[in-house]
Formats: sequence, structure tokens, C-alpha cells
Amino acid sequence: MCLFYFSTVRFKPGFSLSDFHMHEWALAESILVAAVEAAEKEKLKIISEIKISIGELQQIEHDIFEFALEEIIKTQGGKLKNVKTVIETEKSTLKCKSCEHTWDFSDMKKKLNEDESEAIHFIPEVAFVHARCPKCGSPDFEIMTGRGVSITSIKGKR
Amino acid sequence: MDARVSVIDKRLKNIKRIISVASGKGGVGKSLVASSLAINLSKKGFKVGLLDLDLYGPSSHIILGVKDVFPKEEKGIIPPNVHGINFMSIVYFTEDKPSPFRGIDISNIIIELLAITQWGSLDFLIIDMPPGIGDETLDVIRLIKKSEFLVVSTPSKVALGAVSKLLKILKELKIPIIGVLENMSMTRSSFIKNEIDSMDLPYLGCISFDNALEESIGKPNRLLESDFMGDLDNLLEGINL
Ligand SMILES: Nc1ncnc2c1ncn2[C@@H]1O[C@H](COP(=O)(O)OP(=O)(O)OP(=O)(O)O)[C@@H](O)[C@H]1O
Ligand SMILES: [Mg+2]
Ligand SMILES: [Zn+2]
Repeated sequence: MCLFYFSTVRFKPGFSLSDFHMHEWALAESILVAAVEAAEKEKLKIISEIKISIGELQQIEHDIFEFALEEIIKTQGGKLKNVKTVIETEKSTLKCKSCEHTWDFSDMKKKLNEDESEAIHFIPEVAFVHARCPKCGSPDFEIMTGRGVSITSIKGKR
Repeated sequence: MDARVSVIDKRLKNIKRIISVASGKGGVGKSLVASSLAINLSKKGFKVGLLDLDLYGPSSHIILGVKDVFPKEEKGIIPPNVHGINFMSIVYFTEDKPSPFRGIDISNIIIELLAITQWGSLDFLIIDMPPGIGDETLDVIRLIKKSEFLVVSTPSKVALGAVSKLLKILKELKIPIIGVLENMSMTRSSFIKNEIDSMDLPYLGCISFDNALEESIGKPNRLLESDFMGDLDNLLEGINL
């Protein structure tokens, strides 16, 4: 299956709107929608800072994600007008349910081809499809940390 | 806080109707009904999406004959258009290899797919569900608030046993049930109809066992001409589809 026409675009430094086609945009939007929702619950009028954690398995470049956030914030304004975003990567830990061995994504990545790694970038759980426990070969392992995109904290003014 | 769930409603906002084709029982023809329904509606001029949520045993791509396509990235992922249907499935990412997922992984995959897929505006989104009342069914109920259920059974008492459990839970949760479709009928019997009537749910009619169906698998144009499609089409008329 051909996965690869975008990988060259994705990691190109200095992107413009016209080549900004990454699916990261959808995840960045989810962060901002969730933040506004949370701010409404907490009755915040202004959101000043959002701390975001991105799992290592997602393989998302921070500057691409930041760029997407900025683009969406520009069109949204409102509570988000002067928001500062802080992005952290959550390191991955994988743990085998059969032999209890633990490892991380950089160990896993060595055995993956480009297509497999790209597939995990879209849907991290397909790691179970394309990778095995490096010690016992089991597909029955667990993603302990390092998946998903989440908000770890929000600061703002009432 | 998992941010992805918050954006799902927005992704589904411009879809007029979402129909999950489900059953308490496996192998009763859900995938055939879901794909055929999508093909049928698309042929009638509607804008149709098809989402295969059977993550262990996806089959819609086999029925539609999907090959060598991959979603385009554009502010998310855009389902490829296959024979007029915007089709999304886990197979794009698994290369059709075995998929050993546990429950939590299933939920995460469904959330990810729903958060990043840009369907655009559709008249119908059809969902091909795996059997049972497990994670996928619970997640559709939790995450896709406007989904209606089209439930498939076969004429057997064995199938009905599992199907009626799904129907009861959907009823209890006040989820809209379009009705129950009886598939693979081989003799005239009103057993399923009577049982569904007694549950006070719509019985939609039956699709006969189609000996030639296998020859249409992977060929949507042939599927359109099949007896299976003929029966389905009649039955859809009864519910204005
Ligand atoms: N009316 C019919 N006549 C003949 N064969 C049929 C009919 N309906 C379905 N089949 C065949 O029965 C088999 C099972 O159908 P299908 O895969 O659609 O069931 P399913 O309910 O989706 O199964 P699963 O629970 O595994 O998802 C397929 O080979 C299909 O072609
Ligand atoms: Mg099926
Ligand atoms: Zn192991």
C-alpha cells in the first residue's frame, strides 16, 4: 500500500499554508476545542496558556504542531486570542504482557519500515500490527505511555 | 485530558444521518448489508460515507474491491472515494495484517479515526459494526450521539438469542432503532417477524439466501445487479431510503 507521498513534505523546514496538509491539523484543532470547552466549564474569560502533551508514538514534530495551532488560533480569536501553547513530548514505554519486558519507540522503530512507521503516526495502536516484543516476539504488549494528544493544564483569567 | 473526543461532534456535524449496521451475532451479513446499503444510496444520488469499524476482521474493503488507495492528508485525513463512496477503514494502516487489539486499544483507535477523519458533508454515513455489544458498540453509542441502528439477524433461533440482547440494550438506552432486517432466509417462516413484533420493534423484511452472491464480492457493479441487492432495495423502500 502506498503511504508515502507526504513524508517529504512533512519534515520540510519552513512550511507555508499551501503545503500545510498534515493530519496534525485535526489533532491541533481538537486541543483548542477541548481547551475552550474546559474554559467554559471553569468560567474562564481568557485562556492564557495551554500545556500540551504529545505521545512519542504519534511522531509529531513540535514546530508543525505549533504552526497548526497558530493558524487555527488566528481564525478563532475569542478566549484564545493571546494564548501561549507549551508542547511536551511524552516518552513512550511499551511493556510485554507475556514476558514483562519493557522497551521504547526508538527500539521499536529500528525494525519498522517507512510505511509501518507512517501508519503508527496516524493510528498509534497499529504498533500491535506492525511490531512485536523484542524479547519474546509476542504481539500482546501494552502502550504504557507515549500515545495520544492531551492537555495537561490550562491557565486563564475569570 | 484526552482532547480528541471534544472534536468528534464537529467532524460529524455535516452528516445528515448516521446508520450503524449491527447485530448481536457474527456472520449474519452485517458487512454485506452495510456495503450494499452504501452502494444503493450512492446510486440513488446521495453523498455516502462508509466506515468499517470491525477492527479485527474488516471486510468492507473486500466487498467493495478496494485496492491501492490511501487517505489524503488535508487538515486531517480524507477518505478515498471508492465507487462513489467515501470509504474509511483500518486496513489503510494495517496493510491487512492480523490485528491483535485489546479493548482499550479498540477505543483509542475509534477515537483517533473519528477525530482525524474529515468526512465533509454527507447525506449518509453507514457504519459496518463488528458483532456483539462490546467496545465498538459502546463507543458508537458514547461518541456518535446521532447514530441510528439497523440490526441484522438470520432466521435462526440461535442468532435471535444474541440479537435480542443487542436490541434490549439499545432500547434501554433509548438509541434509535430503524428496525431488524432478516438475512439469508431460506424458507418461509414468520418466526423472526413474530419475535420482533412482540418486542414492539419494526421488522423491515427479509433478504433471501443468494447462491450467486459470492461472485459479486469485490465487484460493486455486479452487486448492484444481484438478487441480494434486489431484496435489499425492496426493503429500503419500506423505510423511505
Ligand atoms: N443473503 C445472503 N445470501 C448468501 N450469502 C450471504 C448472504 N448474506 C451474507 N452472505 C455471506 O455470508 C458471509 C458472512 O457475511 P458478512 O461478512 O456480511 O457477515 P457479518 O455479519 O458482517 O460477519 P462478521 O460478524 O464476521 O462481521 C459472507 O460470505 C457473505 O457473502
Ligand atoms: Mg462484518
Ligand atoms: Zn515479551
